[in-house]
Amino acid sequence: MKNFFESLGQSAENFVKTVGNVTIMLGQSTYHLFVPPIKFRNIFKQMEFVGVNSLFVVILTGTFTGMVLAMQSYDALKRFGAESLVGPTVALSMARELGPVLTGLMVAGRAGSAMATELGTMRVTEQIDAIYTMALNPVKYLVVPRLVAGITMLPILAVVTDFVGVLGGYFVGVKLLGINSGVYIGRTIDYVNVDDIFYGLIKSAVFGLIIALVSSYQGYTTSGGAEGVGRAATKAVVLSCVMILIFDYILTAIMF
Amino acid sequence: MIQIKGLKKTFNHKAVLDGVDLAIEQGKITVIIGRSGEGKSVLIKHIIGLLKPDSGEILLDGKDTTKMTDAEFNEVLKRFGMLFQGAALFDSMTVAENVGFALKEHTDLSGQEIRKIVTQKLNRVGLAGVEDMMPSELSGGMKKRVGLARAIVMDPEFVIFDEPTTGLDPIMSDSVGELMLETQKALKTTYIAITHDIPLTYKIADKMAMLHQGRIIAAGTVEEMKKNPDPILRQFLEGRSHGPIKVF
Repeated sequence: MKNFFESLGQSAENFVKTVGNVTIMLGQSTYHLFVPPIKFRNIFKQMEFVGVNSLFVVILTGTFTGMVLAMQSYDALKRFGAESLVGPTVALSMARELGPVLTGLMVAGRAGSAMATELGTMRVTEQIDAIYTMALNPVKYLVVPRLVAGITMLPILAVVTDFVGVLGGYFVGVKLLGINSGVYIGRTIDYVNVDDIFYGLIKSAVFGLIIALVSSYQGYTTSGGAEGVGRAATKAVVLSCVMILIFDYILTAIMF
Repeated sequence: MIQIKGLKKTFNHKAVLDGVDLAIEQGKITVIIGRSGEGKSVLIKHIIGLLKPDSGEILLDGKDTTKMTDAEFNEVLKRFGMLFQGAALFDSMTVAENVGFALKEHTDLSGQEIRKIVTQKLNRVGLAGVEDMMPSELSGGMKKRVGLARAIVMDPEFVIFDEPTTGLDPIMSDSVGELMLETQKALKTTYIAITHDIPLTYKIADKMAMLHQGRIIAAGTVEEMKKNPDPILRQFLEGRSHGPIKVF
């Protein structure tokens, strides 16, 4: 029994420590983001890595999700004679929920694991210490560009996901299931507000911050050689995904 | 001159440094020897500020660096260079970018001027024509040389070497020793090295010190240390598995 409480206490202590350290890293990053010199080159490099290089995977995911969504909602809505609402169902689901969440999960898997692996390798091979000994701040050099890239690129990727999802839905709804094209587009425009898209974008910016912060933290604090790097990458992806889903609920409850 | 006084550091209730006292003289090569896991790396990490001590002082020009603010210590760091055990070259950058990294970040020199200095420093460590190679294309010995070029690129007053010959064959180890002597003489820099490579120590050290169980148990010139009868020092210098230091 004592062991149980001991390990419970230990886990709680570790959790509080980690939350504290992540918060400190976020605070340091925010400070260094606005203190010159600003590392534009590093920021653009990370934006390319997180954004441009994730395009293919989010286009694929978004398109097929929109297509499946149209097919499923058509089947359900037909029972009430409301097939014309397939368009808005797909568009609203994509803009408010699936666009940001799917993009977040995909980028966490692709870029989050890579961030943790790269920083973890730099930590265990002392490259981060080397930056420090050159009188440079490793957080400014390594973490800030990743945070900026996460916060700016996730909303852009989410818009792409929304767009291709709606296109996929249109293709299935209109071309395969025979819904009238004018009705499909008209109803979509009627029901979808700018706010729906805007709130979705705020969600994805938060998800971008979560992915970059969690993955950078895991990589930055790696210890234990190659095994440690592997552990950091796994933790980065799992924690990012869990946090995305938790924050998705919180943000949805607040915004909608 | 760097003076270390009563430096203590404990990890998980184990005293890794238990009152280290050591004076590192300006313009000389000081080599700290000791068994693996005896805290040599921990000691140099304190000097370079990667770790903070539980107690004790590290005095640089009479000022305690352990009590400095980050901004003050950043200025101190500009006076240091460091060669890491595995060279710690940035593997996403070319050799020239690695060596010129600190110049690019801390000076207003043009790309051309930086390139010129990088070539000079690479020549000083015996390398030519490697500027555009990636670290993954270099051998272990070449990486150490590039690491040294990077460490001395800002003409620092102090250079710290973490196990400079680990992983190198004896001939390459000797050549790294030669290189350390040459560069130190040419630049009159203060070199601080930690190693358990005794031939290297005898070759380069102006002063050597042995760290054992968290303390400096003996220090002096190579000749003085060779004559020192301390049984722990004798066992270590002679590389014997039997003696007061227990292997297991």
